[in-house]
Amino acid sequence: MTAAATLAAKPATMAQALQRAMRDAMAEDARVHVLGEDVGTLGGVFRVTDGLAKEFGEDRCTDTPLAEAGILGTAVGMAMYGLRPVVEMQFDAFAYPAFEQLISHVAKMRNRTRGAMPLPIVVRVPYGGGIGGVEHHSDSSEAYYMATPGLKVVAPATVADAYGLLREAIDCDDPVVFLEPKRLYWSKADWSPHPVEPIGRAVVRRTGRSATLITYGPSVPVCLEAAEAAKEEGWDLEVVDLRSLVPFDDETVCASVRRTGRAVVVHESTGFGGPGGEIAARVTERCFHHLEAPVLRVAGFDIPYPPPMLERHHLPGVDRVLDAVARLQWEA
Amino acid sequence: MTVQELPGAAAAYPAFTLRTDPAPLLPDTEPYRVLGLGTDSPLDPALMRRLYEGLVRGRRYNAQATALTKQGRLAVYPSSTGQEACEIAAALVLQEQDWLFPSYRDTLAAVARGLDPVEALTLLRGDWHTGYDPREHRIAPLCTPLATQLPHAVGLAHAARLAGDDVVALAMVGDGGTSEGDFHEALNFAAVWQAPVVFLVQNNGFAISVPLAKQTAAPSLAHKAVGYGMPGRLVDGNDAAAVHEVLGEAMRLARSGGGPTLVEAVTYRMEAHTNADDATRYRGDAEVEAWRAHDPVDLLERELTGRGLLDEETIRTVREGAETMAADLRARMNADPVLDPMELFAHVYAEQTSQLREQAAMLRDELEAGAGR
Repeated sequence: MTAAATLAAKPATMAQALQRAMRDAMAEDARVHVLGEDVGTLGGVFRVTDGLAKEFGEDRCTDTPLAEAGILGTAVGMAMYGLRPVVEMQFDAFAYPAFEQLISHVAKMRNRTRGAMPLPIVVRVPYGGGIGGVEHHSDSSEAYYMATPGLKVVAPATVADAYGLLREAIDCDDPVVFLEPKRLYWSKADWSPHPVEPIGRAVVRRTGRSATLITYGPSVPVCLEAAEAAKEEGWDLEVVDLRSLVPFDDETVCASVRRTGRAVVVHESTGFGGPGGEIAARVTERCFHHLEAPVLRVAGFDIPYPPPMLERHHLPGVDRVLDAVARLQWEA
Repeated sequence: MTVQELPGAAAAYPAFTLRTDPAPLLPDTEPYRVLGLGTDSPLDPALMRRLYEGLVRGRRYNAQATALTKQGRLAVYPSSTGQEACEIAAALVLQEQDWLFPSYRDTLAAVARGLDPVEALTLLRGDWHTGYDPREHRIAPLCTPLATQLPHAVGLAHAARLAGDDVVALAMVGDGGTSEGDFHEALNFAAVWQAPVVFLVQNNGFAISVPLAKQTAAPSLAHKAVGYGMPGRLVDGNDAAAVHEVLGEAMRLARSGGGPTLVEAVTYRMEAHTNADDATRYRGDAEVEAWRAHDPVDLLERELTGRGLLDEETIRTVREGAETMAADLRARMNADPVLDPMELFAHVYAEQTSQLREQAAMLRDELEAGAGR
């Protein structure tokens, strides 16, 4: 952050930073359109699109009929005509009806047309648990998206990244699934709008020498808290915030693991078939001779997302992260 | 206190009113026809000649493409034989700036719009997915997942209208596709947004093997329009003049800001679903023969000949032109396409990811090792 930006910084929530990103993008580029359920008059159920319809008109920020495939499908047509749609899926699990459009068209259009017709669409998905949501409101669906070539998959963990990554996603000529950690919507930081590291680059949020915690989105604050707590045990943990699952930053992740020799992947998504399996495999393939212990995963259980009164048992917390760190064969 | 005396009991509450009068939206109960009626209502000779030439060439194109599957030059071909009136009329009602959204069975419409047949058949030959630049021709990629191209047509038309551009999108789908959720969502969005779109349903009787009776209980597919608040039109899909007229009216309505129309063209798929299908398992010869008596090419030829709008020499010239087109297509499809396996990695993203660069290098090494053997 520049000195001028630091001086102008004011407290802001992640939701406000996301709103500002869309507002600034819409002001700069008339091709940027926002559409989704309740995004207009109401400003979105999380108020992330608050004020956009009023400022830019309902043709630029549009309340659509309640049909996710229709929302994304019409966004495809709008992008074919040269617009840059930013689509809101109201909740993670409500995005599933749009899957066919996402997988069969959004992800493939550039490739199937030999690059002639890229689709610069951002699909914003409020995702993940920890807000006491009832069934179908707390899924971590990133593994589905990661497994689909042609999509970029991004998850911010900080207020600054929420703004910077969303601006970049809107500017990106490829479709981006933009996963917004619901429970960080109200997280605050002193902030003013500024560019951040590009999509595809991971960032070391905390340097350390003992082991690397590889994480993203809602689990980043958990890992930072765990790293603080680990000091009592004498562990100096490094925390890598992936920011972008696709493209995946092998370089930053592996450089960290080569330094520390130990790694734990932390995410809310289920462990079996979740992102952690891919990440652990990539790290093992590339850093095998630097590893002092197997790469471990701390993930959500392999269960449907629990009811709100039980979700705390499911979500990876500081203790579960520290337990994993303790299993990294320190005696060896 | 009686019920009548309760506070608020007599207060007016918002009354229910119909939001649209459904009567003008209803389709006719019979498919609209122009040809073969024995009337002398005027026909545009130049248009009829274009339709006739399109139908003859289209029939020949379908036969040639089917033959190419037998010679191994096409992986698969879903023929539109019997449906040429819909395919050609759809192409001819479009203006230069309009967009066509075809399904996988509509290569003929794309070709009739001016697309090179070899480019149109790229998908079915299998050397790439879409063989043309959709923006250059304003023809969306041939769409295999049923009805999923319909919301694209709506979004594109909506975007064009917001930009103040004079563009109408014509989206094609089959009877089976009308059961898909995307059909419903597209029609609903189109009506709510009053998008300049025309939906053409070619009701050819079958979704692979499943007849219409197992697909819908609607009075007709055109009747579905009423539920969305747009007009539904029912037309004889083998009557090229009627299809052109009905589609033309729908295009004019859309162009003038009148919103979308759903057109059901009643036709028949004369061939199997594709060359890989066996239609004898689900329908009898008698049914097929009955439809042969209402063949779109014969229907138009009879009418135009009877009216003196078509003579023997013109018929011969048109047929010769179709043969030349088929010979050219055959010759060009018999040439092996030039393939570059490295292109597999070229268009996934605007910039290759490091992972794709690694995988591309691996394939390049394999290819070089293979070439050295």
